Amino acid sequence: MLSKKHLLRTTDLTYDDFMQILQTAVMFENVNERRIKKVPALRGRTVVNMFFEPSTRTRGSFELAEKRLSCDTMNMGGSTSSTVKGESLVDTIQTLDAMKVDCFVVRSKFAGAPYKVTQCTDACVIDAGDGKHQHPTQALLDLYTIWRKKGSFDGLRVGIVGDIAHSRVCGSLVPALKILGANVTLIAPQTLLPARPDILGADAVTADLDAALPELDVVYMLRVQMERLEGAPFPSLREYNMLYGLTQDRDHLMRPDAIICHPGPINRGVELDSYMADHPERSVILNQVYAGLCVRMSVLYLLLGGAENGIGD
Amino acid sequence: MTDNANVKYQVMDADDVERSITRIAHQILEANHGAQNVALVGIVTRGDVLARRLARRIEEIEGVKVPVGSLDITFYRDDVPVSLSPDIYNSHLPFALDGTNIVLVDDVLYTGRTIRCALDAVMDYGRPATVQLAVLVDRGHRELPIRADYVGKNVPSSRSEAVHLLLDETDGETCVRIYDVAPGGHVGAKPVNQAPIPSGLPEMPKLPNRYKSDIPVGGDR
Repeated sequence: MLSKKHLLRTTDLTYDDFMQILQTAVMFENVNERRIKKVPALRGRTVVNMFFEPSTRTRGSFELAEKRLSCDTMNMGGSTSSTVKGESLVDTIQTLDAMKVDCFVVRSKFAGAPYKVTQCTDACVIDAGDGKHQHPTQALLDLYTIWRKKGSFDGLRVGIVGDIAHSRVCGSLVPALKILGANVTLIAPQTLLPARPDILGADAVTADLDAALPELDVVYMLRVQMERLEGAPFPSLREYNMLYGLTQDRDHLMRPDAIICHPGPINRGVELDSYMADHPERSVILNQVYAGLCVRMSVLYLLLGGAENGIGD
Repeated sequence: MTDNANVKYQVMDADDVERSITRIAHQILEANHGAQNVALVGIVTRGDVLARRLARRIEEIEGVKVPVGSLDITFYRDDVPVSLSPDIYNSHLPFALDGTNIVLVDDVLYTGRTIRCALDAVMDYGRPATVQLAVLVDRGHRELPIRADYVGKNVPSSRSEAVHLLLDETDGETCVRIYDVAPGGHVGAKPVNQAPIPSGLPEMPKLPNRYKSDIPVGGDR
């Protein structure tokens, strides 16, 4: 059980919530290693996946997580639902709610859309990314990967590099890392920083990647979000790659045990060179994908699982 | 165990428990014509400990090491709230179940719902030849058509009582006690005092990039 009914932002969660989600995810890792990768934990619960924005890994792993927990699932896309006929979000949710749904997983380009959904239904709501605001399950899977690789968050030095201003991953990850006791540095050119980076709660902000790299245990590369860039925050992708890309030349600057995370999808050759993206020791990008499955199973189980008035043995 | 305030009485002491384990070990060997093709699966947490004790006893008697596994049935329950405890118990079945005679081991048999879940869980791991059930205490009040093949002791009880097996490994002492439970209180297994150590976690599997390219990698653009 978590302290909140919905998962809308990581700042809602307590230290204990985080640790419970991570530790439950370990149990689901065990399930995912089996030949029959399915448990009846959420038999009979109905989950609607509402993805109004394109998504591969979030949508895929939510769907798989639901199926492996024996949920009944329904997928509502942006172009296939009645929203194209002009139906409002509130009406769509109320229509689906009338069909007795237990959970909505909402991805939208509008910040706050998942919160709006909570006002139209008694079902629990999971934010699967809303605009530039939050992406809590992405933060949780990052935390899980880091926790499994590093063992603890205490004093861990995490650097987040790139497009901080447009990143909802950052909006969820930085506060979460702070709650768990890590030390967070934001590394970006001025043009890719939000107006008030201090609100995120990071310990330091710098524009110099080369100076920051030797200090970091975890290097978290953000995607350059071509679809969200306004104006021209940097002259060219090549220049961005030279100044803020994790290139092979920067390998020697990193600590020997430093790991590389990336939320995906990768722009190879922009923020991350193939050499680093596929680095056998450092890159944990595919571990993050696997963690996404386990963590989403954990979140769904903790929000929807169990009997309300269980009696025990 | 410090909270002895509501103990009603003790039904078995450490020696009684040991004698029951010895008898059950003999019965398992008798029913299965030896220990060949037999595997024990304990239901966490105390059934797991019990299964390991039982395996040790069988080895003493027959000189054969029987495989022991543990089964966590959390995700198979439909009748309990999601636990508040951050404890990690993982199922660990280090042998193939197909064609073996599985003996499920649990501490206290009550409604039978735990065992129903355990049966579901076992079937998800393979197709055993037979599944048998060994419990140290049968306290009655079954809600499902389930019975144990091997029983340490029948303890008739009231639904307002809790029957607990305590074990050295988890509770610092070994005995079976009956406790009074306030109306609406929890009558299930007593939580284990010691938190299990997550250091026993397996390594996260290595997930390297499997794509092999002839083109040298490096500055892509």
